[in-house]
Amino acid sequence: MIFRVPSFLKKALLASALVSAGHVYAADSVGIVVYNAQHESLTKAWVEGFTQETGIPVTLRNGDDTEMGNQIVQEGADSPADVFLTENSPAMVLVDNAGLFAPVDKATLEQVDAAYRPAHGKWIGIAARSTVFVYNPSKLPNADLPKSIMDLAAPAWKGRWGASPGGADFQAIVAAMLEQKGEAATLEWLKAMKTNFTAYRGNSSVLKAVNAGQIDSGVIYHYYSFVDQAKTGENSKNTALHYFKHKDPGAFVSISGGGVLASSKHKEQAQAFLKWITGQDGQAILKDGKSFEYAVGKNAQSNSKLMPLQQLDAPTVDASKLDSKKAVELMTQAGLL
Amino acid sequence: MIPETLPAGVTDAVPANLRRRSRGTFASRGGPWVIGLSVLVSLLALLPIAYVIGVSLQTGWSTVVTLVFRPRVGELLVNTVLLVLLTIPLCVALGVTLAWLTERTNLPGRRWWSLLATAPLAVPAFVHSYAWVSLVPPIHGLFAGVLVSVIAYFPFLYLPVAATLRRLDPAIEDVAESMGLKPLAVFFRVVLPQLRLAICGGALLVGLHLLAEYGLYAMIRFDTFTTAIFDQFKSTFNGPAAHMLASVLALCCLAMLTAESAARGTARYARVGSGSAREQRIVCLRTSSTALGLALQGVTCLLALGVPLLTLGNWLIAGGSQVWDMAELLPALEQTLLFGVGGAALTTCAAIPIAWLSIRYPGRMQRVLESCNYITSSLPGIVVALALVTVTIHFARPIYQTTITVLLAYLLMFLPRALVSLRAGIAQAPVELENIARSLGRSPARALWLITLRLAAPGAAAGAALVFLAITNELTATLLLAPNGTRTLATGFWAMTSEIDYAAAAPYALLMIVLSLPLTGLLYHQSKKTAGR
Repeated sequence: MIFRVPSFLKKALLASALVSAGHVYAADSVGIVVYNAQHESLTKAWVEGFTQETGIPVTLRNGDDTEMGNQIVQEGADSPADVFLTENSPAMVLVDNAGLFAPVDKATLEQVDAAYRPAHGKWIGIAARSTVFVYNPSKLPNADLPKSIMDLAAPAWKGRWGASPGGADFQAIVAAMLEQKGEAATLEWLKAMKTNFTAYRGNSSVLKAVNAGQIDSGVIYHYYSFVDQAKTGENSKNTALHYFKHKDPGAFVSISGGGVLASSKHKEQAQAFLKWITGQDGQAILKDGKSFEYAVGKNAQSNSKLMPLQQLDAPTVDASKLDSKKAVELMTQAGLL
Repeated sequence: MIPETLPAGVTDAVPANLRRRSRGTFASRGGPWVIGLSVLVSLLALLPIAYVIGVSLQTGWSTVVTLVFRPRVGELLVNTVLLVLLTIPLCVALGVTLAWLTERTNLPGRRWWSLLATAPLAVPAFVHSYAWVSLVPPIHGLFAGVLVSVIAYFPFLYLPVAATLRRLDPAIEDVAESMGLKPLAVFFRVVLPQLRLAICGGALLVGLHLLAEYGLYAMIRFDTFTTAIFDQFKSTFNGPAAHMLASVLALCCLAMLTAESAARGTARYARVGSGSAREQRIVCLRTSSTALGLALQGVTCLLALGVPLLTLGNWLIAGGSQVWDMAELLPALEQTLLFGVGGAALTTCAAIPIAWLSIRYPGRMQRVLESCNYITSSLPGIVVALALVTVTIHFARPIYQTTITVLLAYLLMFLPRALVSLRAGIAQAPVELENIARSLGRSPARALWLITLRLAAPGAAAGAALVFLAITNELTATLLLAPNGTRTLATGFWAMTSEIDYAAAAPYALLMIVLSLPLTGLLYHQSKKTAGR
């Protein structure tokens, strides 16, 4: 019997078969899968350097800190991820509390200053970023700058500041505040924030709005402004940065974490990747690249344009205690999410 | 009646004479495998609904109450309802006015205006939004939401209304005038009521898009349920708060479907009598009305096409050759084409059994099967994706994070688009030919394959094209479900705009528009054909 199929259908079927076949094939490849919540451009620079040196291919899945942290927890022992990189610590704590990390190699741990990694060694700091108050000097004279991030809850600040509550960055700041000030004070602050602040999607959008004079000020991380300055400055030329210092919750320095999953089937390659990014070459990318995040390696230098980490007078917060779940719960309760 | 090409959830394009045919022989002649397949597809379609109900039950009543009845949900509800209540009437007014101008008046260049009123469909909604934020950076909130939504979605009303206007029998209007009605009264009392089905269908389509769209509103900072679900997803992956918001959103969609089906009414719209309707009368506009009409067409065109194309051009020039990063763009293009072609093929094939049953053996069971698919496709992509992520991660790990799951999501979301076109195609394939093939010894399946499907191929191709268009511009489900390391044009565009790198996002937007253009042309062509001109 002649069994003719319309040609468009044939092609379509063939194509879809190829898609599936292509996928199955890709799943068997030798490289590692990195669940990446760091800035894509930074991780890409790391991956390029690493693959060039070792020949190990790396596949990236990009997402947000707590999104991917929760995802790994749900995937459990069958997670396709070999390595998890974040922008902030709370998501690392989430995965660690579920017991899903393999211990980081000792040699790798020794590459990073003890202040930037938890003592138990299940994950490691790969970079750091500082909370900063960005403002538009033409709208907000220096004399009026807040002394503490807690001041932003006062009625005087209504309608005068912005933030990106949906992002992991701000949620890490909240988690640090929770650790320092306790649940009641944090919830009260978040409720006042709901009345006072304007919500933006992403720290870049906050910076852009402050620059354009749409809002007087914002709470973001330090590097957004430096990254923009290094490009054209069009989203930051009318802004200035104010560091809270004095161990204020608003002076919080957040550690970006990296860890190898206990379920990884390519542990050796995964450990090598972590070793590479915390090592000399990986940390040099932080200094010379366009990320403007702080380097955390022993003897590693950060970009000279940045205020040195030691001068930031950040509060001492145990990164392994940051509770993202509670932070998100409180923010949901305050109506921010 | 809505043009068959539009994925209007609830149109019924089956002619009455086909519908009366033998019902008793459903199982005996339909063949168990056709029924089995259509039941399977419909059960799959019920998965997201079952998930929404299941999660609500599992979460426990007290948690549901704390997560649903809170001020934030109230805020989102107010935002979403205001958006729908403001946007839909504006779209109706704009769509009907433009359609009347291009179909029933002597407005200069009306054929061109008609094409230009369809063209905005080739620009993805989030690209419209991107154009507006780069042109007027402070734009945000409800006003911006309504503005950009009207601009992006009014063609969904323009197309069916224009097609219906073209087909109306002028005799009814003559009668009204002979009874002493003024032209304006004729329009409101005779013409407008006859547009009811087209307006209801188009409005439903716009409404469902308003509820489901993420990128458009995220970029102009207007919070709806969909953006809030996405925020929760980014913070908790698939936490209970995201599930609860998804349930409320699903209820909103069902409410909208119910409202539309009530608003359609049961009036008869077909003309009575023999012969065919005479050609439409063309209204000669006065000079002042012509000027007004041209101004309206011009402004609409400027806002809906001029703004996106000009800003895009600007960014492309500003970005220069640097933004054409081929190592990123080509894989994204390839991935989009593969998802598009794979999804379109799968969806069209899955629609065959249901479409065939609905033409050959219409009945209650077939209608139930079909409505399962319509209800699911009215759910926003984020709800379907959230359901699939949760179900695959817990119960179907081998297909978790694979292309199969992505294609499955597309199948659930876009099946009606394939179904409506395919059904029209099968309806035009005479059942007698299939019967002759059977009498010559072909099995039912083979007869269907050899005769009917080949005759219905143009309809299937149109349906597949519509599905392809939808997949090309799909953002939310793709973001959640895509396999590791894959990126489509839409998700690539989104990654660039999230870093405020508008210049680097421009090539992705341009490629999406170029891919969508021929298919938008097809839509336009089909809507003309529906009117028999």
